Amino acid sequence: MTSSDTDRAASGKTPARPKLTDTLELDTRLLGMIGAFIAVLVVFNLLTDGRFLTPRNIFNLTIQTVSVAIMATGMVFVIVTRHIDLSVGALLATCSAVMAMMQTAWLPQVLGLPLGHPMIPWLAIAAGIFAGAAIGAFQGYLTGYLFIPAFIVTLGGLLVWRNTGWYLTNGQTIGPLDPTFQMFGGINGTLGAFWSWVLGIVATLAALAALWAKRRDKLRHGFAVKPLWAEFALGAIIAGAILGFIKILNSYEVPAARLRREFEARSEVMPEGYTEVYGLPISVLLLIVVAVVMTVIARKTRLGRYIFAAGGNPQAAELSGINTRLLTVKVFTIMGVLCAISAVVASARLTNHSNDIGTLDELRVIAAAVIGGTALAGGLGTIYGAILGALIMQSLQSGMAMVGVDAPLQNIVVGSVLVLAVLIDIIYRRRTGKG
Amino acid sequence: MTPLVDIRNLSIAFGGVQAVDDVSINLYPGEVVGLLGHNGAGKSTLIKILSGAYRADSGEIWIDGKKATINSPRDARAYNIETIHQTLALADNLPAPANLFLGRELRTMFGFLDDSRMESETRKIMARLNPNFRKIAEPVSALSGGQRQSVAIARAVYFNARILIMDEPTAALGVHETKMVADLIKELKAQGLGIFLISHDTREMMELCDRVSVMKNGQLIGTERVEDVTEDDILSMIIMGKKPEKAA
Repeated sequence: MTSSDTDRAASGKTPARPKLTDTLELDTRLLGMIGAFIAVLVVFNLLTDGRFLTPRNIFNLTIQTVSVAIMATGMVFVIVTRHIDLSVGALLATCSAVMAMMQTAWLPQVLGLPLGHPMIPWLAIAAGIFAGAAIGAFQGYLTGYLFIPAFIVTLGGLLVWRNTGWYLTNGQTIGPLDPTFQMFGGINGTLGAFWSWVLGIVATLAALAALWAKRRDKLRHGFAVKPLWAEFALGAIIAGAILGFIKILNSYEVPAARLRREFEARSEVMPEGYTEVYGLPISVLLLIVVAVVMTVIARKTRLGRYIFAAGGNPQAAELSGINTRLLTVKVFTIMGVLCAISAVVASARLTNHSNDIGTLDELRVIAAAVIGGTALAGGLGTIYGAILGALIMQSLQSGMAMVGVDAPLQNIVVGSVLVLAVLIDIIYRRRTGKG
Repeated sequence: MTPLVDIRNLSIAFGGVQAVDDVSINLYPGEVVGLLGHNGAGKSTLIKILSGAYRADSGEIWIDGKKATINSPRDARAYNIETIHQTLALADNLPAPANLFLGRELRTMFGFLDDSRMESETRKIMARLNPNFRKIAEPVSALSGGQRQSVAIARAVYFNARILIMDEPTAALGVHETKMVADLIKELKAQGLGIFLISHDTREMMELCDRVSVMKNGQLIGTERVEDVTEDDILSMIIMGKKPEKAA
């Protein structure tokens, strides 16, 4: 009954030999983005005479990307369900204010925990995440149950939460934050060489095991599988990427002056020729965990399936018995929790909470998701795309700063890239008929 | 014999417009009842009450001789009522298996989606309904009208519908595909399903249905056995809103 199929059979065309990307079952769109990312890196590396792709700069690039990237994964769900969240930067500020006040004022003064008590950072983080979840759920309720467009709810939220943060702190900068809390910020909390390697190897083995399990599952159901060589090639690429990344981070040495200070603080003398490397920052590890959890939600849970179904056709989702109103609340709650996690990273990186923390982050987060292939029309988007989008934006920004491009010109370029990326995406989808 | 579905005095209004006005219809196992009428006559609205998309203002639905409470699409499914909506109600961005199992996903023992099993079940049912169907992994937006229709039908058949509602199932289809749907209706009817069929094609209805009910302006004009009436009688019921004069 499929007329197009019979037409094809009648015209006697044999199907073309499968393309390499099809054999590897790779997403050509993802490859395009990785290509663009590598191009950006290479161009800036040439323009800066090799200063861009040093272990030190790559380390900085990753820790600068984390906060926006974490929120971008949540923005994917929001945009996929045909909503938008303009309040993420402001929400980050409120969560950051709650956590800063918890650890410097409320816990010590109200609960009587002495400053530096080991429970303080964890209670502060818990309070921040609770605040983020509650505010997100409230905005989701306004959108899902009271039918106020998300654009308006979160535009209002942008003003409300930015200034709620201000009220909580009386407009003061709060710091320094708890030392344990600061470990989530990047440079003040890294795993060192040994544990970075351990983690890299564990991650590699897990990825390879997942590939293998997927293949066995397909064989068990009698589905077509990739040729073995393709499977091995893919495994080698993944292993190379993970271990290569760890190798780079493990080549960034802690400055000798800083090491000497640390030894002095313990009243020891630094041995001659002693070196130490930073390794994987805890904040980056946090981003990886968020990315894995969000990808599993998107692909392997009912919640994720319903998010994409409701984004593709809200009426169909409702007629299939999906509670789309509650779904909206859940999506905005996830967004709120992720804003709180980003707030931990952002304030820990600065070592204090300031009023303007997260300003304009909503635009960076939306841009990252959109550059990463999330369609504003809903129903399409990937978590890894959003993270790659955040990386591309941050590389452009710090690359231009390194080259010495004027600040206004930097923003002009980033803005133009956003529009251009969407245009390329539209053309790509029209050509391939995907989406 | 108790009717499979007994709709009694159902009414619903939207902002002062009486979309369905005191309508009573029943359906027996192995029977096809056609709903006819102009656009806006209230057919789709009536059917949406039965499938749980709308809640009636008044009236009752009895299923298997027991009063049923249908407040949501989930409730309707619990009574084995499956609906093929006019708009097909497919999420275009998802592939066929995700659509077939939407709202009733198969899961692994850890609670995660079991995509392989859903795909394999989809392949099985599609092999039965539409052997030419191959685009399992692609989003349904890439499918032809007939292929999309077979996904929607597969959804109803897979979950063992006892009461099937088909709202314009052939409206978007070519001649060949229309015949396939007609054959399927006959097959399902032979299996003892009760089917409500909505269509504008009077000739098709005369061929497929056992009884036809005609609606106009939200009211039921009448229900006739197809062998008792001619196509012209039906047309005049649709247009004039009057029951045919019975030959004495």
